Amino acid sequence: MLEIITFSLLNGVVYGLLLFMVSSGLTLIFSLMGVLNFAHASMFMLGAYFSYQIGTWIGFWPALVIAPLLVGAIGAAVERYGLRHVHKQGHVAEILFTFGLAYLVAESVIMIWGRNPIENRVPAVIDFPAFLLFGTSYPAYKVLMMAISVGMFAFLYLAFRRTRLGLIIRAALTHPEMVGALGHDVPRIFVLVFAIGSALAGLAGVIGGFALLTEPSMAAALGPIVFVVVVVGGLGSITGAFIASMLIGIIQTFAVSLDYSLLDLLRVFHVVVSSDSAFHEVAAVKIAQAAPLIPYLLLVVILIFRPRGLLGRRDA
Amino acid sequence: MRKSPQPAAWAAIACFVATIFAGPSAAEVKLAFIDPLSGGAASAGINAQKHFTYEIDKINAAGGLNGEKLSIVFYDNKVDPQESLIALKKALDDGARYIFQGNGSAVALAISDAVLKYNERNPGKEVLYFNYAAVDPALTNAKCNFWHFRFDSDADMKMTALVNFIATQPQVKKVYLINQDYSFGKAVASAARRMLADKRPDVEIVGDELHPLQKVQDFSPYVAKIKASGADTVITGNWSNDMYLLFKAGKDAGLKVTWYTYYADALGAPTAIGRDGNGVVKVVTSFHGNALPEPDPDVAAFRKRFTDKLDEFNYYRLNTAFMMLTAAAAKAKSNDPVKIARALEGMKLTTSVGDVEMRADNHQLLQPLYVATFSDNVKFDVEKTGLGFKTDVKVTAKDTAMPTTCQMQRPNG
Repeated sequence: MLEIITFSLLNGVVYGLLLFMVSSGLTLIFSLMGVLNFAHASMFMLGAYFSYQIGTWIGFWPALVIAPLLVGAIGAAVERYGLRHVHKQGHVAEILFTFGLAYLVAESVIMIWGRNPIENRVPAVIDFPAFLLFGTSYPAYKVLMMAISVGMFAFLYLAFRRTRLGLIIRAALTHPEMVGALGHDVPRIFVLVFAIGSALAGLAGVIGGFALLTEPSMAAALGPIVFVVVVVGGLGSITGAFIASMLIGIIQTFAVSLDYSLLDLLRVFHVVVSSDSAFHEVAAVKIAQAAPLIPYLLLVVILIFRPRGLLGRRDA
Repeated sequence: MRKSPQPAAWAAIACFVATIFAGPSAAEVKLAFIDPLSGGAASAGINAQKHFTYEIDKINAAGGLNGEKLSIVFYDNKVDPQESLIALKKALDDGARYIFQGNGSAVALAISDAVLKYNERNPGKEVLYFNYAAVDPALTNAKCNFWHFRFDSDADMKMTALVNFIATQPQVKKVYLINQDYSFGKAVASAARRMLADKRPDVEIVGDELHPLQKVQDFSPYVAKIKASGADTVITGNWSNDMYLLFKAGKDAGLKVTWYTYYADALGAPTAIGRDGNGVVKVVTSFHGNALPEPDPDVAAFRKRFTDKLDEFNYYRLNTAFMMLTAAAAKAKSNDPVKIARALEGMKLTTSVGDVEMRADNHQLLQPLYVATFSDNVKFDVEKTGLGFKTDVKVTAKDTAMPTTCQMQRPNG
């Protein structure tokens, strides 16, 4: 029992941290620009593909640095030459722009790397057991993943709260004209934030690429859950995104190990549902079977009872 | 003085114009392919498309069907039953008489039903439906009909082959079933339970898991459960990402089990599984690269024409399907679908893998099945991974036959 709890906790934390890596950039961009960037998960995918490609040429460690920088550069270009112009047309235009961009990225990836998953394996340098737990080895790359994710959170938190740049960014969020009047280049701050947000997604992609699957639909597969994290955590809140990621990761993981259904609960109260009633089939669904749907349930509950999210400042 | 063109020249021009307009439709057998060509499952459809191009060119080069050339139109259905019915309608309007579809049992059931209705309402314009990959047993049992012919072995036949093999493996003691939560996954799980209880009552089924279809990103919690159950063997009908991610999570957690799968040889799967699958991943299939000591001539010719890394001859059964179509046309001395359907019933052929037979009672093809292991010790690898499949056991066609509940309604006359 202890073994299952420990592993479920560990798995939940790792998955939660991966979610945080992707969603932190998204929430960062939203907090500054008010843009819900639908192409964010595409940046995650680009990170995975770039790191794979660079990794085959010059090795994993350089790829870990170069791939996110490349993705960041693409993010900067998207903001500078795309979003900035669309921005004038309002939010709907911006959302449509990022929506289209996501398709564009996916199709480009298909053209370059093909439709099928590529063989993106855990790099040999980090493919060893990190430690033994209950006689089970724990892979080193997951430890690296945790370290990067926690490091990312610390970096963002400190940069946002404790540096001068963070101060300006936060000020630009609420009072862009004033910040501009004080002599700061607000559009450049926008480019910078978009680049950082994209680079973070790219970094998550480097790790997520081999932790999950590197394939053209990976962005579409991760996209919805990342939005759930951001909305549950509160749009624009880094700490909120962190808490929501962990919450979703851990709840989902534990739910999988629960083989109980509504039927079992009813039995406790001596309610018997006959097996030919229509309700029986619904009630017999185990919690484990529905586990991956729990985050979405959480989303609905949060939107009903606390639309601003756990730590959000304004309503979604 | 200018001479006006000779009447003979006019006639020649008229003839030429007539050929342009009337030419292609004169004597042609029209086929329709309805499978995904865009969206997530497109790669499977595109791979199958190449097989059709190859087979049709081959038949046309040899003179076609009773002297008539084959032509095919490819319709994209995005693996969606509704889209498929629209595509089917288009195909019928375009004059197609032979419909080919494979991906997705839900789609197959929809097409089979639509074809049945169309044929009832349009006597004299009947069409046949050749299903080359949808394996829900219902299609040749409770929901069978005269117009549907299946060229893949159904989920129960494949499970029988797997379980018969497991019966010879005394080291298998604890089995974990993990499948996708929809009709096919449930069919696999129930077949495994039923047949294991029959053939290996001593084997303990330590888990029977259903998870949402193509929704799970992180399989580690499932693997933790498999591990805690003490299973030594996992049976799964999972395909695509659901199989790759499951396998990957198992590898990360150091899960030591043998994987019995339905789709480890599907397009892209060998690449995704990679070296970690060496010796521990098994598949039940109607063909693989090392099924024969020397490559089949069609496989070799296909590989010569389509040279991409992933261009494997995955649908050997399509080769069988076209062999049967050709033989049936020759036997019926006609390209009329009804006559061909009658000729197909009970047809026996010998392909390079052995004897095959189209059952008359439910229109299920009986073909040899292989249980094979993913291994680096093979003559021919797949998808240039350095690994390929190695036969553990070959089941002859007649040993794959299962009882059927099909009550076939045949047209009169």
